[in-house]
Amino acid sequence: MAGTRSYDAILAAQSRSALRGAGLVGLIVLVCVAALAATGFFDAKRFLESGPAISTLASEMVPPDFTRWRTWLRPLLDTLAMSIAGTALAVIFSLPLALLAAPNTSPHPGVYWMVRTLLAFLRSVPEIILGVLFVAAVGFGALPGVLALALHSIGMVGKFYAEAIEHVDPKPLEAARAAGATPIQVIVHAVLPQVLPQLTDVTIYRWEYHFRASAVLGIVGAGGIGFELIAALRLLNYDQVSAILLSILACVVMVDSVGAYLRKSLK
Amino acid sequence: MISLHDVTVTYPNGVIALHPTSASFQRGKFIVLLGTSGAGKSTLLRSINGLVRPTSGDIAVEGRGSIFADRAQLRAHRRSTGMVFQQHHLIGRLTALDNVLTGRLAAHSTLRTLLPLPRADRLLALEALDRVGLADRALDRADQLSGGQQQRVGIARAMAQKPEIMLADEPVASLDPATSIKVLEDLHRICREDGITAIVSLHQVDLARQFADHIIGLSQGRIVFEGTPDRLASVTLDQIYAVERQSLAKAA
Repeated sequence: MAGTRSYDAILAAQSRSALRGAGLVGLIVLVCVAALAATGFFDAKRFLESGPAISTLASEMVPPDFTRWRTWLRPLLDTLAMSIAGTALAVIFSLPLALLAAPNTSPHPGVYWMVRTLLAFLRSVPEIILGVLFVAAVGFGALPGVLALALHSIGMVGKFYAEAIEHVDPKPLEAARAAGATPIQVIVHAVLPQVLPQLTDVTIYRWEYHFRASAVLGIVGAGGIGFELIAALRLLNYDQVSAILLSILACVVMVDSVGAYLRKSLK
Repeated sequence: MISLHDVTVTYPNGVIALHPTSASFQRGKFIVLLGTSGAGKSTLLRSINGLVRPTSGDIAVEGRGSIFADRAQLRAHRRSTGMVFQQHHLIGRLTALDNVLTGRLAAHSTLRTLLPLPRADRLLALEALDRVGLADRALDRADQLSGGQQQRVGIARAMAQKPEIMLADEPVASLDPATSIKVLEDLHRICREDGITAIVSLHQVDLARQFADHIIGLSQGRIVFEGTPDRLASVTLDQIYAVERQSLAKAA
């Protein structure tokens, strides 16, 4: 069957597919360059003129002024609490939604599309906008921040959960079904045990992200260290700004290492 | 006794996997479905617990009627029917014991199974593992076991159901010959001891001869032989395998 002619055909097809791959990479590079140009990145003059302004700002930020550190402790703890509470809420709502949004566990294609759309909508509203809305609704403080983080994250975490659930090995599911398990028993005992490590991973990553995001949310009045940050910026106390940024950095490093530890021990 | 009445299976892509087939399976026997891959063994086997839904025809269990009567009936039938799969169908990151406990799910309400199962069930699962010689590996992850051990966990999971019927779909096709015989010996011994009706699909004639009480030969979606192993002469073997040979010759 496979004579020289068919060898040639196979190799020619291989070359064609390699060429298509190269063409696609070229196109992506082109689009990236166009995007940089459109946003003014290749305007050298602007960069040259910005030199003095940047150096003035930098000199005002150094040395960082840590004299008010006591007043930042509570807001930093608030930020930490916001990140944990936001993650907990996001997980509680994401899991059931993800089960409805994964084609292999969703009860009906209609439900699948509805929940997918809902999740897409939730993650398309930036948390800073949600923060502004919730501050208007429930007042200043950590609560609007937590609600904003959770609501936005449900869209993201729900999608990641759904994708993990979608790619489970169907064989153990069939085994459970063959043993007479109900659909919910199949989900709890054959689907979830398979995806638990991925769900944990997504959740921990999201918690790390929530800490950084809740620092930003303070800027719109949603509690935490961000509130102090925006106050220092408004008063042009750049040495305090740099001190707060360094404190946030220290906490991010801490949160990330706790996350790494949890990831390792929950495998 | 389980009986098939004119069961046909046509897959959505138009492939006819099973032509009208009637058969009955005697209680307590070890029955082997013999044939090449694509002969319809797997389809026939999977229709017996409703994993494959017949396009027409019916399957009934003596005294209980059609297994497809309603959802509760099908679930009750599946609860009393254990199944062993070719690729064992275990969850790799769970322990052998946790995998075996999947066999106990149907014995409890959905709500009850959200909590850890009662001690009685865990003892039953451990006992099932012990019968296939794996009690000491109960707490090892399934993916750390050898192929033969994984298939034994699969058998233990089916045994944990306390089944009346045991279905095994090419249970030893992914194992080496020596391990194959050992695993089939375990399956055969346990089914014999407990009086379980076993329906096992195989493609190896020698294994079928060694273990079967009764052989059903399949070729191209039809039953072409039924009888005891000693009646499985070379003439009938040609019937089971010949058509395939012709089509192979054509393809070559």
